Amino acid sequence: MMSLEFLVASGIGFVSATGIYLILRGRTWPVVLGLSLLGYAVNVFIFAMGRLWQDAAPILSAGGRVADPLPQALVLTAIVIGFATTGFVIEMALRSRHETGTDHVDGQEAGKTPETRDRA
Amino acid sequence: MITEFLSTLFSAHLPVLPVLLPLFTAVVLLLMGDGASAADSRQQVRPTKQRLLSMASVVLGAVFAWRLMTDADAGALTVYPLGGWQAPFGIVLVVDRLSAMMLALTWTIAVPVLWYATAHWDGRGRHFHALFHFQLMGLSGAFITGDLFNLFVFFEILLIASYVLLVHGHGAERFKAGVHYVVLNLAASALFLIGLAIIYGLTGTLNMADLALRVAKLDAEEAVLLKIGAMVLLVVFGLKAAIVPLYMWLPGAYAVASAPVAALFAIMTKVGVYSIIRVHVGIFGEGAGHAALVVEPWLLPVALVTSVMGVLGALAAHSLARLAAYLTVASVGLVLASVGLFTTAALSAALYYMVHSTLVVAALFLLVELIASQRGDAKDKLLPAIPVAQPITLGLMTLLAAASVAGLPPLPGFLGKLMILQSASSSSAHIWVWSVVLGAGFLTLIGLARAGSMVFWNVLPAPPSPTAASSPDSPSFNTRTMAATLGLLALGLMLAVGASPMKRYTDAAAAQLADTSAYADAVLGPLGGAAAETTRPYRGGEGEVILPNAGSGSGDKP
Repeated sequence: MMSLEFLVASGIGFVSATGIYLILRGRTWPVVLGLSLLGYAVNVFIFAMGRLWQDAAPILSAGGRVADPLPQALVLTAIVIGFATTGFVIEMALRSRHETGTDHVDGQEAGKTPETRDRA
Repeated sequence: MITEFLSTLFSAHLPVLPVLLPLFTAVVLLLMGDGASAADSRQQVRPTKQRLLSMASVVLGAVFAWRLMTDADAGALTVYPLGGWQAPFGIVLVVDRLSAMMLALTWTIAVPVLWYATAHWDGRGRHFHALFHFQLMGLSGAFITGDLFNLFVFFEILLIASYVLLVHGHGAERFKAGVHYVVLNLAASALFLIGLAIIYGLTGTLNMADLALRVAKLDAEEAVLLKIGAMVLLVVFGLKAAIVPLYMWLPGAYAVASAPVAALFAIMTKVGVYSIIRVHVGIFGEGAGHAALVVEPWLLPVALVTSVMGVLGALAAHSLARLAAYLTVASVGLVLASVGLFTTAALSAALYYMVHSTLVVAALFLLVELIASQRGDAKDKLLPAIPVAQPITLGLMTLLAAASVAGLPPLPGFLGKLMILQSASSSSAHIWVWSVVLGAGFLTLIGLARAGSMVFWNVLPAPPSPTAASSPDSPSFNTRTMAATLGLLALGLMLAVGASPMKRYTDAAAAQLADTSAYADAVLGPLGGAAAETTRPYRGGEGEVILPNAGSGSGDKP
C-alpha cells in the first residue's frame, strides 16, 4: 500500500515540475500560472514539514496528541503573500502587454527587434 | 513627568521605530493621495505637502537609525520581543552592531536620494513617496529581524515596493525589465520558502539564535538535508545580491530604473549580502557541527568570478547607467569574496568596503542622470555628443567617484581594498583574491577612464546657442539634484577621513558576529538552550508530543 508520505511527496514533485515547466515558457500568462503552481507546491511542502499527522489535534487543547501548529501558521502567511504577489504579477503582465504591444516575456516577439514606441 | 514617560517609552521602543515610522508615513501618504487623478497618471504633479511629510519622516528615521547605531557601538545588543513574546516562541527584533550599521546606511542613503527625487522624479508617476517608505520599511525590517521567517516577510515587503518603484516613470523598457525582475524574484521567494521549510523541519525553530544552537546538535544524516536547506538559501540570497550566475537581471533592471530608484536599489543588493552574512556566517558558521561552513567551498570562487564578470561587463557597457550597474555587481563580488574567507578580519574588511561601495555606487547612479540630462539625445550612451554645461564640476565628481570605485589612494575604495588584501594574505586562496582584486581594480579604472573621456572630451562641437538641450534648467538638473548628489558622494568619500573609527566599528561588529554564544544569551535570555527544547515536538520519528491531561482549568481555555 502506498504511504501517505509518498503520495504527498510525489504530488508536490509533480506540481513543482509543472510549475517550473510553465515558468520557462515564453508568454507571460503561462509564466503567471507556473508561479502560482510553484506557490501551491511550496505551501504544501511547508505544511508537510510539520510532519503528516493522523488523529492529532491541530491546536493545543485538553491533551493528547497534537500536531505542530507552527507550519500551519507559516503556510497561512505564505498563502496571503502568494495571493498578493500573484495579483500583482497579473497586473504587471497586463501592463507590460499594454506598453510593449506583445505578451512575450522579453517585450518583443522572438526574432524581431523591439518596437521603440515609448522611451521614457 | 510626561517627558520622562515619553523618553522611557522612546528608549524602550526605539528598535521597532525604523519599521513603524515608514509604515505609518506610507499609510498617511496613501491617504493624502498624490494630487493626481487616476486618469492622468503620466501628468507632472507637484505634491508639495507629501514631499514635506516624506522628507521629514526620512530625516527622523535617519536620526533613529543613527541613535541605534550609537547605542550598538557602545556594545548594547538590543533585543525587542514583538508583542512581548519571548524568543524562541515569538518574533524578536535584534539590533547588534551589524544590523545597526546596515540600518544607519540605509537611512543615510535615503535622505539625499529622496531629496533628489523631490526635484522632479516623484511627480512622474503615482505614489512615489508612499512606495519609497514601504521600501524603507522592508529594508529596515530585514536588517533588524532575528527570525528567518520574518526575514522572508520583510523581503516580500521590500520586493513588492521595489517592483513598483522599478517601473516608476513607465515606458516599455522599464516594463520589460520589470517583468523579468518580478518573475525571477517570485521564483526566488518560492525557493526561500523551500529552504526555510527544510530547516524548520529539521530543527523545529526559525529563530536565528536558536537555530545556531540547534544546527550543531544534528547528527550527520540530518545534516545532509540541513546543508541542502542552507545551499537553497544561498541561491536565494545570491539572486538578491546578484552573484554569478544569478546576476544577469541586475544590469538591465538597474539601468532602466529612474535614477533615485536605482540609487536606493544600491542598498537592496546589500540585503542579500547581509542575509548571507547572517545565515551562512552566523548560523552555519564554524560552530554548526556537521553543517559547519557549508558554503565555504562555493562562496569564495563564485564571488571572485562575480567580480570579474562585473568588471568585464563594465568594460563592455554602452551606456553610463549600465556601467554603474555592472560596477554594483563587481563591488558585491568583492564584498562576498571577503566574506567567503570566513575570518573575522576579512569580515570586518568586507563590511567597510560594503558601506563605501554602496554610498559611491548610489552617488554614481544619481551622477549618471545629471550627466545624461545635459547630453541631449545621446543621454547616457557612450557616444560622442554635445558637451555638458558644467564639464568641470561634473567631471570632478565623476573623477572622484570613479577613482574611489577603482580603488586609488587616498580614497576610501583604496582603503577598503587594502583591508581585503591584508585580511586575505594569510588565507590559502590569497593568490586568487589578490589577483582578482587588483586586476578588477585596474580594469575598472580602464572602463571608467574610457567612459569619462568619451563623455567629457570626445564631444561634438557645442550647439550655436547654449539654450538648447544642454541648458542647466532641464528638469533633471538644478541646484537640488546637484546638492543631493554631491552630498551622497561626500558621504562616501568621508569614509576615508573617518576610516579609523569606522574600521574600529566594523572590527567590533565582526567580533560580535563571531561570538555566537553571547548572541544566543542575549536573544534567548535566561531560558537559554535547555528550556527551549520544548519547542521541538518531534525528532526524526522518535516520539511525538502527547500533552499530559492537564487539570480541569487549563483544558477550557479557548
